[in-house]
Amino acid sequence: MNTIHTDYLKDDFESLLSAQPDSALNGWRKEGFDNFTKLGLPTLKNEFWKYTGVARLFVKDYGVPGGECTIDESIIKKAAIPGSEDFNQLVIINGKYIPQYSNIQETEGIEICSLDEAAKGKYHDVVQEYFGKSGLFLKDGIYALNTSFFDGAVFILIKKNHTISNPVYFNHIFDTTQNHLLASPRSLVIVEENANVSLIESYCTNGSMDSLSNEVMEVVAKDNSHVEVYRIQNDQPTGSHVGTTHIRQVGKCFVNTVVVSMDGGMIRNNTNVIMEKEGNEAHLYGLYFLKGHTHVDNHTLVDNSKPRGLSNELYKGIMDDYSTGIFSGRILVRPDAQKIDAYQTNNNILISDKATVNTKPQLEIYADDVKCSHGCTVGRLDEEALYYLRTRGIDKDLAQAMLLKAFAEDIVNHIKVASVKDYVNKLIATRLNMED
Amino acid sequence: MLSIKNIHASIDGKQILKGLNLEVKAGEVHAIMGPNGGGKSTLASVLAGRPEFEVTDGTAEFEGKDLLEMSPEDRAKEGLFLAFQYPVEIPGVNTTNFIKTALNEKRKYQGLQPLDSASFLKLLREKAALLELDKSLLSRSLNEGFSGGEKKRNEIFQMAVLDPKLTILDETDSGLDIDALRIVAKGVNTLRNESHAIVAITHYQRLLNYLKPDFVHVLMNGRIVKSGGKELALELEEKGYDFIKEELKEGLLLN
Repeated sequence: MNTIHTDYLKDDFESLLSAQPDSALNGWRKEGFDNFTKLGLPTLKNEFWKYTGVARLFVKDYGVPGGECTIDESIIKKAAIPGSEDFNQLVIINGKYIPQYSNIQETEGIEICSLDEAAKGKYHDVVQEYFGKSGLFLKDGIYALNTSFFDGAVFILIKKNHTISNPVYFNHIFDTTQNHLLASPRSLVIVEENANVSLIESYCTNGSMDSLSNEVMEVVAKDNSHVEVYRIQNDQPTGSHVGTTHIRQVGKCFVNTVVVSMDGGMIRNNTNVIMEKEGNEAHLYGLYFLKGHTHVDNHTLVDNSKPRGLSNELYKGIMDDYSTGIFSGRILVRPDAQKIDAYQTNNNILISDKATVNTKPQLEIYADDVKCSHGCTVGRLDEEALYYLRTRGIDKDLAQAMLLKAFAEDIVNHIKVASVKDYVNKLIATRLNMED
Repeated sequence: MLSIKNIHASIDGKQILKGLNLEVKAGEVHAIMGPNGGGKSTLASVLAGRPEFEVTDGTAEFEGKDLLEMSPEDRAKEGLFLAFQYPVEIPGVNTTNFIKTALNEKRKYQGLQPLDSASFLKLLREKAALLELDKSLLSRSLNEGFSGGEKKRNEIFQMAVLDPKLTILDETDSGLDIDALRIVAKGVNTLRNESHAIVAITHYQRLLNYLKPDFVHVLMNGRIVKSGGKELALELEEKGYDFIKEELKEGLLLN
């Protein structure tokens, strides 16, 4: 079948509900599916999805995961970021958190359970207060689709005054050995006062069929907390991703995010930082280094509603072959957000004539005493620098690789977890045929 | 070592070099002077292989090999070094790693093993001391945020590490204060020997006071119009280029 179709999802949705009639989350799911039915998949006419025709992925029949998930331990190991053995590892298979495969090293100061469990038990009020608030910002059918089908979602709470010394790592694995897979990973992470945590995500499609992971992670950062979020994408070209990291700074706190996209099919990353308190600080970094036909669309939103916020965004892209890179950065400064600083930069290098890049800054400023800046560049490698290196006896290919590595390192250097940084550097070196 | 015959070169269709001849033998120091726009920097670019320049006629041989057929990197590996008039800032490329890569690429070309870390660091320290180059610069991005003098010293430092056969100094003295000029000249002179030749492009006598060239050439209108010993530089310093223009008009000079 070659037309876009989603009708079959209705049956899948009903079986999902009937399989767990008592879930405390079904209210959200129903609302989600109503919205999805109303909105449908976003088209290119939707300004927010102008460059990414996500609907065209739906020409195939996706299977929606149901029932138990089993997978070989060796696949989990192979999918994991090298050096992640010490991490608090959550194994997420087809979007579902599977505790028996997971390996939580630390128990002090951290609570990890399924969202269902949290919503039913002592975190009922917390879930009620914080879950699903990203829907106020993401009003499209893709978000609604996640809210319809999320299953086996994760709830994480970092307790007051605790520093979680090993990162919390989401090892996402998509099993496509039997069918095309639509996974809907979902998580809610609460970081309480004076707590400190790093969250890492990676994605691995295992099997010969296609996967689409449609993910939403909601992070709530309270007063004086420190949150790092790293999303590393080096999946197969058959693995497509739509992922939202929606961070609410509900207290005065610090957030650092780095999204690295090296490989995959069609990828859309939304990174939203909602600054709800005076003096919030957020750093948003992204690197997309693409080859083949990979398509990566990075959307960021920094929403300032209170004074004296500081945000800094730097996204860099290198596009090879037939790849497409997109950066769309929205900075919203609401009327009360005086004396904020908001910076945004997007630099792109095209190393193939067939590659495409789109860059779109969007500044909406409703306060009058603010410092905002944005800049974007699209170009080729610096010819002067290339010539200089060559006059020192460095071959053209190696000189190019050195310059591209330097360009990418600007982003990689913001990854503060050493093993993740090493891993990304290795991916880059391999891409450039360089010794690390 | 270097034999340039009747070189014609252009950029963007504009003819800059119009039949330039120059012979440089091992151990010699040649100074090339001349008014702005005469083709001095073009000569440096053509020899180093800057892609934008097109050689439309003539030949250039380096140690018997056709220089013009070689890529910029192969010219460097064969032993040619250009000290840039405006060294390029390259953010993110660490100076030490860069020099190590350059040195080892050259060694590979020569069929040698890469230099081990200890020997490399020793060489680096030795040459940095020679150029009075602050060691902290070596751990920074290449030329990024370096002062003008530091950039020029870094050029000669690279030359010292790479140990070329032929060095072209493209206005290395411009923008240097007296102390920096002395250090740079000292660096160049230390590397002077019977197997190494230098072509120094300059506007001023002051570098030549240190380098004491064997030959001084005047490059004007895309050609070398007058050659002499180091006394020619002094004469130019005193009289300017007008007397040469006069001689040209009167047909007293070459060409």
